[in-house]
Amino acid sequence: MTSPAYPDTASPQLSAGPRPAPGPAADEGLSRRLRALACTAPLHDLDVRKANLAGEYTVYAMAEVALAAIDHVTLNMDFDTGADHDQIVARLLPRVGAQAPDRPVAEHERVARWVLENLINVGSVDRGFRAVYGTFGPDGVYVRRDYDFKLIEEVPGYGGTVYLRATDEAVNVLVGALDTDVTSAQIAAEVKLEVLISRGRLADAQLAAEQARYRTVQYAETLRRTLEATRRNVRAVDWLHTVPDMIAEALDHVADRYRHENAILTNIRKARDEAEDPEHKRRAAELVDIVKDCIRRHTQLQSRLLEAGPLFRAEQDRQAFAPPAAHAGLDLYGQLLAPLLPLPVEQSTRATDAFFAHGTGLRTPTSVRVGDLVDLLLTPPLEREHLGAEMPEPDLIATPDDSRFSEEQLARAMTLLDLEHDAPRRLSGLLAEARRTGDTDLPYLVALLAVHAASPPVGTAYRQGERRLLFAVDDGAQLDDPEFGGADLIVGTALLDAAGMAADRKEAS
Amino acid sequence: MSDHDAEHPDAWTEPSAYAGPSTPYAGDSAHPGAAEPAGQPPVTPADAADAARLVSFGLQPKLLPARDAEYADLLRRYREESAFARLADAVATGLGLIVLEVSPRAGMAVTAGEDSVFAVRMGDYARRASSDAADRFLHGLAHLAVAALAFPRPEDLADDAYIGRITVNGVDAFVRQACRRLEERAEEQGDNTDPASDAPGLEAGWRIYARRSATGATKDARRLAGSTTGIIGKAVAFLTDSGFLQRTGDDAGGAYRTTARYQLQVRDMAGSAAMAELLELGVVPVTDGSATLLPPDPDSMELAADAGLPFHS
Repeated sequence: MTSPAYPDTASPQLSAGPRPAPGPAADEGLSRRLRALACTAPLHDLDVRKANLAGEYTVYAMAEVALAAIDHVTLNMDFDTGADHDQIVARLLPRVGAQAPDRPVAEHERVARWVLENLINVGSVDRGFRAVYGTFGPDGVYVRRDYDFKLIEEVPGYGGTVYLRATDEAVNVLVGALDTDVTSAQIAAEVKLEVLISRGRLADAQLAAEQARYRTVQYAETLRRTLEATRRNVRAVDWLHTVPDMIAEALDHVADRYRHENAILTNIRKARDEAEDPEHKRRAAELVDIVKDCIRRHTQLQSRLLEAGPLFRAEQDRQAFAPPAAHAGLDLYGQLLAPLLPLPVEQSTRATDAFFAHGTGLRTPTSVRVGDLVDLLLTPPLEREHLGAEMPEPDLIATPDDSRFSEEQLARAMTLLDLEHDAPRRLSGLLAEARRTGDTDLPYLVALLAVHAASPPVGTAYRQGERRLLFAVDDGAQLDDPEFGGADLIVGTALLDAAGMAADRKEAS
Repeated sequence: MSDHDAEHPDAWTEPSAYAGPSTPYAGDSAHPGAAEPAGQPPVTPADAADAARLVSFGLQPKLLPARDAEYADLLRRYREESAFARLADAVATGLGLIVLEVSPRAGMAVTAGEDSVFAVRMGDYARRASSDAADRFLHGLAHLAVAALAFPRPEDLADDAYIGRITVNGVDAFVRQACRRLEERAEEQGDNTDPASDAPGLEAGWRIYARRSATGATKDARRLAGSTTGIIGKAVAFLTDSGFLQRTGDDAGGAYRTTARYQLQVRDMAGSAAMAELLELGVVPVTDGSATLLPPDPDSMELAADAGLPFHS
């Protein structure tokens, strides 16, 4: 009744993990699964122990009966009450009877009751099960832990009766988690990828992602071939059952994959951001590309799937509802090509030769005149020009310079605004300094630049990787100036984290 | 062949102003006021020149009547004047040509008679084909396969308005699929399909196709001429030169669509000629009208290297 702990399987992945500390996070998934595994142990135990019973009970598949019992209990549960013992036993009888039809009914009932009692674990004091498993603590010390659980518990009902309820463990593991299509390669690939990524095993994850993409392409290819065949002949494809089923399946698949792959994408992005090893970072970035490609392919597949129905109807209109041709045509494939391929080549060549001779059309024979031939032979070979024609000199017209401020003024204003990042200044002070230069236009340019800086071009600076950025803030002070009105802005320079921005840009692309 | 067969043989002497093949011969006397004065020679050298000109247009299969006013005029004259039509037919016959159809869509569709100087010979088409029986078979098969995929249903071959679309890789894939089915069937029956080494002519056709590689690397990045896609590529290029196909794109080794001429050629000439040979060999294919050209089984599907490509675009 115990499930063994696996210290051996726990350690290697800790050493292989990407993060230096083998913390409890890496172990959590393992212990969670060990607990889930423990929940199935009582069922296996039934089949092991049935041989020890007085009587020949090996014909009964006890685990099957047990799962059926849990299903019945779960189905009979509502919010207050559950099922009682006799009810469950009665429902199990048909299944138990079917397993050994020639045994007496009393024995069937005994078996059903035995299974139910073992699920409750009547023999033990607390009517439950215990499993032992081991984990590594945060300090790296291996600790064995006990896990106590129940599968079916007895709860008091009205008037002193006892009802049965399936515990959360039983519902989660035996009803929920086991109910999965274990043969589905698609689901397996998905789960594998998610698990690998959550543990940082990116090299394997990349392989799994590539396989997922391969399967995606396979779906698309099947659909493409079906549609192509439909275009050729609607009747060659089963549009009554096979194709609608396939399309529905594929649409479900796309919806499902889309959800999963977006989740995976989020996870890998996180893994990529958290990874410190540059090799892992690069792998994760590649993985992001692959999953993005998968998502793109899914989107394309979905749009193709949605087009499939209209295409079929259009082709059906064209092919099936067209007026029949006046004269029946020849079925080139069915009547010519298909019967021809199995023939010995000696014979089939006669038919292909006939097709060739009559199917290639005509060629006008070339006839050469001696005069032309002489000319042709005497013509010197054409000198090949390496350079093209001479470029005409472009006719440029200087556009008049109508800007309000000169380059020189701009340079002076920029010098004025080239402030230390820890010493912002008032606009009024800057204007006064500009006036001291004696240039009457300079204060206007400074004021203009300051007003622009009130809404600094952060996006441009981010894209171009600028190191500093001029900004202006209004703190409510009024500008007291003969020429300008409004707020006396505080103008300053902000230092930008160029390296960080570069990394961000790379990620965003 | 053409629609004036019902005419009286003496139509040569008719004034050529009579329009429509259904005009009864007796109607002549009822129209004394015909435009042509009586007594004019029925066929002038100028008429003969025009008829020969029309045939020469027909010898340029890529020329479209819609693009050439003179061609369109001569076509109209052919359809309206039965005497001119007979003259043009006679010129064509004398040159060893067979007239398939004369219409605005196909133009003057003529093809070479069997021993005509215009006929295409396998040895001129592909040099290896004259010496190597396998190559000869593959080249012929390529042409048949192109036609089979271009007109997958009997109705498509019969329907004048139908336009078939093919790609080089598509043709290769579908022949290979047919070959694979035959191979599986032979394996199921436990047949040993290896031919006796002293009788290579007894090797089955599908084996020859299946043995030949689909493609191969070359120094100049062109298609390997001896590979099956190379052979099919040659066939479609040749048919394009014959005005039978038009290139529409570069996907899947080259995409093409059929012309009206190709349909006529396959329907009226090639299909029946090959069928006659098959019947002579004692093979009598019977179909029940159900679809024969089936899509591949999705379960046993292998992926080609760039199979997902159509979904990129």
